[in-house]
Amino acid sequence: MSTPLPTFHFSVNGERKQVQTPPMKRLLDVLREDLCLTGTKEGCGEGECGSCSVRMNGELVNSCLVPVLQAEGATIQTVEGLATDGRLHALQEAFLKCGGAQCGICTPGMLMASAQLIDRNPHPSLVEVREALSGNLCRCTGYMRIFESVLAAAASGKAETELAEKHDAR
Amino acid sequence: MMDSTAKTRIVGAALPRKEGIDKLAGRARYVDDIQREGMWYGTTIRSSIPRGLIRSVTFDTSVDWSEFTVVTAADIPGENCIQLIIADQPCLADGKVNHCEEAIVLLAHPDKHKLRAAATAVRVEYDPLPAVLSIEESERQDAIVWGEDNLLKSFLLQKGDVDSAWSTAAHIVEGEYRTGAQEHLYIENNGVIAEYSALHGVTVWGSLQCPYYVHKSLVKVFALPEAKVRVIQTETGGAFGGKEDYPSTLGCHAALLAMKSGHPVKMVYDRMEDLAATTKRHPSRIRHKTAVDKNGKLLAMEIDLATDGGAYSTLSSTVLSRATLHSTGPYVCPNVRVRAKSWATNTVPYGAFRGFGAPQAVFAIERHMDEIAAVLSMDPIELRRRNFLHQGDTTATEQTMREPMILDELMDRALHESDYYAKRKIFARENHTSAIKRGMGVAAFYHGSGFTGSGEVYLNSLAAVDVTPEGKVRVLVSSTEFGQGTNTVLTQIAAEALELDYRDIEMAPPDTGIVPNSGPTVASRTTMVVGRLIERASKQLVAELREHANLEADHTREDFFVACERLRAARGKVLSECRYEAPPGIVWDDQKYQGEAYPAFGWAVYVAQVEVDTVTYSAEVENFWAVQEVGRVMNPVLATGQIEGGVAQGLGYALYEKVIWQDGRMANNQMTNYIMPTAEDIPPIHVFFEQMPYQHGGYGAKGLGELPHDGPAPAILNAIRDATGIGFHSIPLLPEDLFAGLMARSLIEGPATL
Repeated sequence: MSTPLPTFHFSVNGERKQVQTPPMKRLLDVLREDLCLTGTKEGCGEGECGSCSVRMNGELVNSCLVPVLQAEGATIQTVEGLATDGRLHALQEAFLKCGGAQCGICTPGMLMASAQLIDRNPHPSLVEVREALSGNLCRCTGYMRIFESVLAAAASGKAETELAEKHDAR
Repeated sequence: MMDSTAKTRIVGAALPRKEGIDKLAGRARYVDDIQREGMWYGTTIRSSIPRGLIRSVTFDTSVDWSEFTVVTAADIPGENCIQLIIADQPCLADGKVNHCEEAIVLLAHPDKHKLRAAATAVRVEYDPLPAVLSIEESERQDAIVWGEDNLLKSFLLQKGDVDSAWSTAAHIVEGEYRTGAQEHLYIENNGVIAEYSALHGVTVWGSLQCPYYVHKSLVKVFALPEAKVRVIQTETGGAFGGKEDYPSTLGCHAALLAMKSGHPVKMVYDRMEDLAATTKRHPSRIRHKTAVDKNGKLLAMEIDLATDGGAYSTLSSTVLSRATLHSTGPYVCPNVRVRAKSWATNTVPYGAFRGFGAPQAVFAIERHMDEIAAVLSMDPIELRRRNFLHQGDTTATEQTMREPMILDELMDRALHESDYYAKRKIFARENHTSAIKRGMGVAAFYHGSGFTGSGEVYLNSLAAVDVTPEGKVRVLVSSTEFGQGTNTVLTQIAAEALELDYRDIEMAPPDTGIVPNSGPTVASRTTMVVGRLIERASKQLVAELREHANLEADHTREDFFVACERLRAARGKVLSECRYEAPPGIVWDDQKYQGEAYPAFGWAVYVAQVEVDTVTYSAEVENFWAVQEVGRVMNPVLATGQIEGGVAQGLGYALYEKVIWQDGRMANNQMTNYIMPTAEDIPPIHVFFEQMPYQHGGYGAKGLGELPHDGPAPAILNAIRDATGIGFHSIPLLPEDLFAGLMARSLIEGPATL
């Protein structure tokens, strides 16, 4: 008989979750398969493309490289946690307005990397935006519209406030 | 006033992407986000050698095979071939393999984790045959690996009398240019889900560009009537041509497993499999021999164009055709001969990729123009200007340029915006004393919009708008969205023509059971050709409502829906269909390879500012200007995004993206070592549109999507020539290639001057 699977506890987008799963299962697969949060995407499976980026304990991580056992007790935010009460986050609004999303597959990861940046640095320069997004590959946009989106969201001042509110919620 | 220049409310506005909110909220459903009840997973056992006979396939008894579904070529109920232009590519290898990664056996199991171990327990033994792995090996014909002579397709394009021109030339300039394979690297890998039932036949959901292409192959592979095959596009995470032909193969594979297992089957490739097994851009070798007079006037062009097509013909003939038709550049030349050949090799078949042969051809001619200018000691801009096509001139195919053309103005704008001459002067002065050498480079080019020659006539596309009993106004097309903006632009066009709001219009699901065949979503044809069909269908509906349902002029939204219900009461439905009609005077002779190659062309002049570090041998693009004329711009934000994205891919093509081949297999099939540009590699891209409405395109549009991939590589390498004095002839140009070029020169000239 096989040993029973261990149980892991963590919070995702402010909700407590409990998952019984092999400890080495990728956080990416736990989010997508066990929790049906399919907004987080797999692009390469080796930490190169950033499509699976989520925020874990205030850090941006590639969820394809995180075994779920490392997420025990963690606070996780995914793209599904950006909008509040059906209202788009300022970053999402800016991406919509400035054309920051084309095919949309890198977009959840881009949004999480952008949120991480603005949380740390509410008024980034273009150089800082480029650096912060350099771990997230986009094949459609050539990045220009994404930079513009992040800078527009930062300039609106709303992104910062919304992220701060989410911290308080935790 | 012409339709295409009329004032518009919605066309031309920066409306937000139609499906944007779903994508931003993370709720857009890509194929891997979808589960079906009782779904199994599939995997593929592939050839490990480039060419040979399959001696045996054995299944290791360590695996309980009764749990698995196993499919081989013997399980195919219909024809074992994928339907593209020529049906030479098997769906599953039968007795022999012609390239590494060719599919031989398919496995399905309810637990995807068990598939990996099972796959390693399938042993294929081969009797290897000699393989051909390059254009040169294929040309030598020592081993015949396709047809009777390895030749997938050839074209001969002739104008005037090339042979008599050489003796009249002041200079004859020759050059050979090479381009490498390029991977699409859409961030979502290829993937499908298939279901089968005796009653409903085959249904395939997938990440794909052309639902009716997949449909055509399924009909043949399963020997089913068309009505028993249904293909539905799911949200698609990038394509760039890489999901034009390959999904036909993958869709058939999953459907075969679904039929045999009795379960829905999902097959989603991981990155390594996608990179190793799916199509790439055709590598090319293009030789130019050009006669010019002392003033730089082109007298004759002889072009020998060869592409590597891979193991099966797929789309190589049409890629070759587009390369041929773009090989002479946007120039007038009285005497032209292009010999174009696509050669079979034992590599994964090359396929469609944004630009479709044009980036290869434009790279060669636009690099060559700078070499000609150097021989003449002439400004490369001036050389181009002296030879530009103008309205009334004829191209190499004897097509008369009937539409107004503004190449000179595009050049003026590009030079002005980039401050080209002032910068060249400064760089020339500074480069003497700096280890960083900077330079400016230009490329001028066109991209033919829509299918080549008589292609659009053969496609005979059908599109429609309808109003459902629930009051939804829908655009019905098989033209798909994969990031480029189909949904947004086509609904903008319908809203404009129906005199409704953008929010009133939606796209019908991209499902062959619902939408008519408006042709494939390729060739920069969607906005121009299908957009025009939607414009016509919408205006036709309004006319019918005015005539038969008392809809008055300047109608309100409410008036429109009331009138629709009147029409429905009389006719049972509210549907307006339109079929493609060729613009007048578009005649193409396939035999002579002459005539109107394209109904319209997009035109562009791109400028790159580059720095080359002579210590690290890295080349970086510091700044980029893209000036183009693509007819009317439907949505400035989306159009600008298309140009920027195309430039970024073109930059990768020039400086980063190298497929490393090892015995016919891609050795660097990971994102770790196939390098595409990141957010820190892309320079500021300055995009400018000049708008010249094209009267036969949707609200004046011409093709846009592919154009921006054509120009960056030659502009960048011309800038590197300006910076270093060395004309490089091959892409990708990596630091090691720069090192080799700079070292070779220093061996001749002594140590590099810093």
